Amino acid sequence: MNAISNSAANAAIEIAALRSDRFRLEREADWQRLENIVVRMEKGRLRGISDEDLLALPGLYRTVASSLSIARETSLDAATLGYLETLVQRAWFVVYGPRSSLWEWLRGFLGGGWSRAVRGIGFEILIALLVMVAGTVVGWLLVSHDPEWYFALMGREMAGERVPGASAEVLRGTIFGNTEKAGMSVFAAQLFSNNAQVSILAFALGFALGIPSLLLLVHNLAGLGAMGWVYWKAGLLIDFAGWISIHGTTELFAILLSGAAGLHVGRAIAFPGNRPVLTATAEAGRRAAVVMVGVVLMLVVAALLEGFARQLVDQTPARLTVGGFMLLAWSAYFFAFRGRAGR
Amino acid sequence: MKGLPRRRRTNKGRAGKQRVLVTPEGIALPVTVAGRGARVGALILDLIIIFLLMLGTSLALMQIAGGAAQIGQMAQGKGVAAQALQFLIVVWIVAMFLFRNAYFLFFELGPRGATPGKRMTGIRIAARDGGRLTAEMVIARNLLRDIEMFLPIPLIAMAGVDNGMAWLAAAGWLAIFLLFPLFNRDALRAGDVIAGSWVLERPKQKLQAAMTTSEAGSGSGAAERFQFRFEEHELAVYGEFELQALERVLREDRTDAVETVYQTIAEKIGRNDGWGTERRFLSDYYTQLRARLEAGMRMGRRKADKHAE
Repeated sequence: MNAISNSAANAAIEIAALRSDRFRLEREADWQRLENIVVRMEKGRLRGISDEDLLALPGLYRTVASSLSIARETSLDAATLGYLETLVQRAWFVVYGPRSSLWEWLRGFLGGGWSRAVRGIGFEILIALLVMVAGTVVGWLLVSHDPEWYFALMGREMAGERVPGASAEVLRGTIFGNTEKAGMSVFAAQLFSNNAQVSILAFALGFALGIPSLLLLVHNLAGLGAMGWVYWKAGLLIDFAGWISIHGTTELFAILLSGAAGLHVGRAIAFPGNRPVLTATAEAGRRAAVVMVGVVLMLVVAALLEGFARQLVDQTPARLTVGGFMLLAWSAYFFAFRGRAGR
Repeated sequence: MKGLPRRRRTNKGRAGKQRVLVTPEGIALPVTVAGRGARVGALILDLIIIFLLMLGTSLALMQIAGGAAQIGQMAQGKGVAAQALQFLIVVWIVAMFLFRNAYFLFFELGPRGATPGKRMTGIRIAARDGGRLTAEMVIARNLLRDIEMFLPIPLIAMAGVDNGMAWLAAAGWLAIFLLFPLFNRDALRAGDVIAGSWVLERPKQKLQAAMTTSEAGSGSGAAERFQFRFEEHELAVYGEFELQALERVLREDRTDAVETVYQTIAEKIGRNDGWGTERRFLSDYYTQLRARLEAGMRMGRRKADKHAE
């Protein structure tokens, strides 16, 4: 502010008849400076703001906030009060807005935030795991009693050649010898996009108390159990396990986590404990959201494994090794890795 | 806050949307929950933008690939051309996934906390507890968006268009999720409940001139400052509500309103010496009434309106 306008402001302060207007005129410059910074940030022109202004922002915000508190107790100028309330609110949006650095958030996420969130839903993971095992067993038992169930669980188009009673040779052909197949990258991308959408669904269904999440898990795993039975009949169970495990340990783990995240939200809605329902739900929802970002990452890995590694690695022991290693790696990361304490 | 009941009385239509939010500094801020119309408008705008982005990307990639008809045959083949085509298809699948899922995330994580659609309708998201809006909140509220809006479509597609049960289920779904914001006070959708966020109006208000300097002009000294002086008993009849009503009249400065208010006040306090200079009369009355009421405030006495003691 230059000298001329400064003296003009001083003159205005002297003229002001009311103490509350003098209060206002004395502080106006700070308010306007804050407003300028806020306006520029709202317009997204972060580069146009000097470092000096950026550093001053939190201080200015507190100054204006305290001006508002004082004005509320000493001034009856409705226009000024309204302006201050608006300005403090806009500054609050900016000061307490999302952290601009996504990179920083990602580092915290990988460096402990993710595994902490996963450990936070440990109870639900246990339940989801039990449900998934039960789903597999149910699928197996249903098909072993009546092979017609297979088509109810899988759908005719999806089953393709893998039908009950198919010869061992045909079944073997479905799991080996695809190394020459073209379009693996497209296949992997499709798998990822599809699986990610399904896992988001499993999570989001948690909103209905988590029951649809469980049903989705049961349905998916029953199909797996049914296929397992078909290969077992042909004496190919171990090979089938290898074929599934190379990407399945990652993919099923991700589906397990998304189902557990949905359950976590559902449980907070149904049993909020002694917190208000909305608070409990929001807390659970945020933790589950962290898990879900991780799930999407895991599905990227799973799709790469399914699209490439499964076709390139054509032997059961090697496939089992890769799958087992992935399972071990994920488990170690989630349950043994503590990262930096706190954030 | 003491100021709020008056605010409710002055704009009745918006009373249902006013909330008080407490910042971490302990300051109570009045905020306005975004209207449902603005929310729907923002959503439609965003969907249009997403659709255009998807369309544009698809067309551009198609152009690069050289015609949709050949894609089917070429992708099966081998060789450099097929490889390049596969790469384009992968780019397309990933781009579609990102447009669908990351569009809202990207914009709401920015400093403005609003997608382009929200910005156009003047609303934004914020944390419900007055604290920081975190990345987790934004992610959580947007993960649910997909099922809230789109789930019935594949459901009906899967069950067949003439399956009555599917339509019934889809209608039930819409009733639960799409209409969810209609059935709670703060117009939260399911994603907001999960995330602990809400959608607020983005306020805008200019700082108006101080009342007492613009009026006094070049006058100096208390004697010249007022053309009209009012006695204690003449000022005692009105309270804060009337003062702020008077402030609005003076700021708007419409001749008919000024005259009406002058007549009301002059009659009430029993004076008639302001003919011809109604505006000056009112501004002097305003300044002295405000000085009196503010002096009372400093002593801890407040007079809400003319009915208060």
